[in-house]
Amino acid sequence: MEWIGLANYAVFMAIFICIYALLSLGLNIQWGFTGLFNAGIAGFFAVGAYTSAVLTSPAAEGRLGGFDLPVPIGWIGAMVAAALIAWPIGKICLRFRSDYLAIATIGVAEIIRLVIKSEDWLTNSARGITDIPRPFGDLPYVYSQLAYLAIVASVLFVAYLMVERQIAAPWGRMMRAIRDNEDAARAMGKDVPFRRLEAFIFGSALMGLGGALFAHFNRTITPEAIDPMIATFLVWIMLILGGSGNNRGAILGVAVVWIIWSMSEIVTDQLPHEYAVKAKYMRVFLIGLMLQLVLRFRPEGLLPEPQGTRAEMSEKSK
Amino acid sequence: MGALEIINFYLVPGIVIGSIYALGAVGITLVFSILRYAHLAHGDLATLGAFLALGAVTLGGVSPYVALPVAMVLTAAAAVMIDKAFYAYLRERPKIVTVMASLGVALMVRAIVQVVWGVDSETYTRGIVRPDVWFGIRLRDRELITIFAMIGLVLALHVFLQQSKWGKAMRAMSDNPDLALLSGVDNKKVVMLTWIIVGGLCAAAGVFLGLNYELKAMMGWTMLLPMFAAAILGGVGRVEGAVLGGLIVGIAEEMSTLFLPTEYKAATAFAILLLMLLVRPTGLLKGKVL
Repeated sequence: MEWIGLANYAVFMAIFICIYALLSLGLNIQWGFTGLFNAGIAGFFAVGAYTSAVLTSPAAEGRLGGFDLPVPIGWIGAMVAAALIAWPIGKICLRFRSDYLAIATIGVAEIIRLVIKSEDWLTNSARGITDIPRPFGDLPYVYSQLAYLAIVASVLFVAYLMVERQIAAPWGRMMRAIRDNEDAARAMGKDVPFRRLEAFIFGSALMGLGGALFAHFNRTITPEAIDPMIATFLVWIMLILGGSGNNRGAILGVAVVWIIWSMSEIVTDQLPHEYAVKAKYMRVFLIGLMLQLVLRFRPEGLLPEPQGTRAEMSEKSK
Repeated sequence: MGALEIINFYLVPGIVIGSIYALGAVGITLVFSILRYAHLAHGDLATLGAFLALGAVTLGGVSPYVALPVAMVLTAAAAVMIDKAFYAYLRERPKIVTVMASLGVALMVRAIVQVVWGVDSETYTRGIVRPDVWFGIRLRDRELITIFAMIGLVLALHVFLQQSKWGKAMRAMSDNPDLALLSGVDNKKVVMLTWIIVGGLCAAAGVFLGLNYELKAMMGWTMLLPMFAAAILGGVGRVEGAVLGGLIVGIAEEMSTLFLPTEYKAATAFAILLLMLLVRPTGLLKGKVL
């Protein structure tokens, strides 16, 4: 029965890859197309996860909600909540260079973590929120996993199509113009801070959606569900390695990095306990090093950003 | 609550943690203004300094005050090496790429600390130190030393920046890099000197944090936000501003526990940061906005 376990594991991995791919697409809108440095991905992820959890879980004692709403409403709520958090931060920080946004998003992620850990009435603090409904969760294990994979894959596909469309549109061209030469774009009459704010909010909403999908997959969400620094950093390395500015690259990077990351975990878990803990930190060291190597030797990533618009490309080939 | 209690339980701890933030914020403001990027590995470099001092204390059996200069020298060397290995070749690329590299370095440095020293909290010395009472104000030796060491280090830095040839070169790079380079300032030497100073200050911040509280792998990362808030509050590029900012952030954090739950102490620095960016991004003493 070895292969059934293996297939189950593959499905499990695929679901995680789809969830991380949403984060990576969100970051691609922010960094790849607009040049915004968001170092608080885990914060927006957590906001999405908790919002959807509160909206859709059955009523519970001692905390806000659950409102027992349909799952899609939870997902929309997750996107709206993440966008609402992104709005004031972007409003304040996007007038300056992206360094300021980097610091502020680190702060936001930290504050969100504190709120989740200490606000009993809202998030049930350390005990977390349980009984989050999962679509098709009543089916037997294998079918339920497969059904959820189909759902996240189609959500990812729709998100991918929408982002691709938006980037090919004049809006996408304008964003790249702002990223590559802010002064020129401003001289053309583009409202640079406002456009950046749009990209920041769209990207954050996608990250919130990723969080919601994660919460419904696990059926529970606790403050310790993800390590904020590692999650944020993994998404960064996924995008940079895959190719920032290229949506297919963003998704490819997720698959490559997530497979390396989980496989290395299997290897280190075989070690005796005292080495296993150290090996865990060695893995973190190695992904940090991997980022440095990619930045140095292949800054454009595995799939580089296509140059020019589609119309121009076909023009050139004529 | 009397005035003495406010001083003893809020103001004094605020000034102590503020002095520690000040040491870090001075480094951040130097990197921000001379090298022109936000250095996100700053906190973790401080962690490294603190644990290097711990290494000197456990291996050499010396007091933490003797270990401090050792840690400062070693951390300065580490900072220079990190710059050579990971930041130097990104100099021609947009600065934000270096910010990203520094986030990676933060993770790498912390991973090294966790591998070498483990994840448990440590202290330099065991046992409880009873504070001395001066006219009703309770002060521990280590608290006085922290404050005076901060003042001493910043004064020395100030004299260096104002009087020496290389200090002037550093200020010139901060004010107008193109003009400085045309006037024959050696960019490589200025960058190296900046990292030596910044590494030393980082280590000092880390050691004093470890001395007054405890040593943890995450100690530096949690200091990053208050240090940046302090640097921006004081005005980017202004050393005296960073000290002022550090003290204000430290005192505000401690005072905030009078009104807010203790868990939200860390939110104070963030609020100060956003407020300054909103109303006066140049900081209290007119600094730069990058």
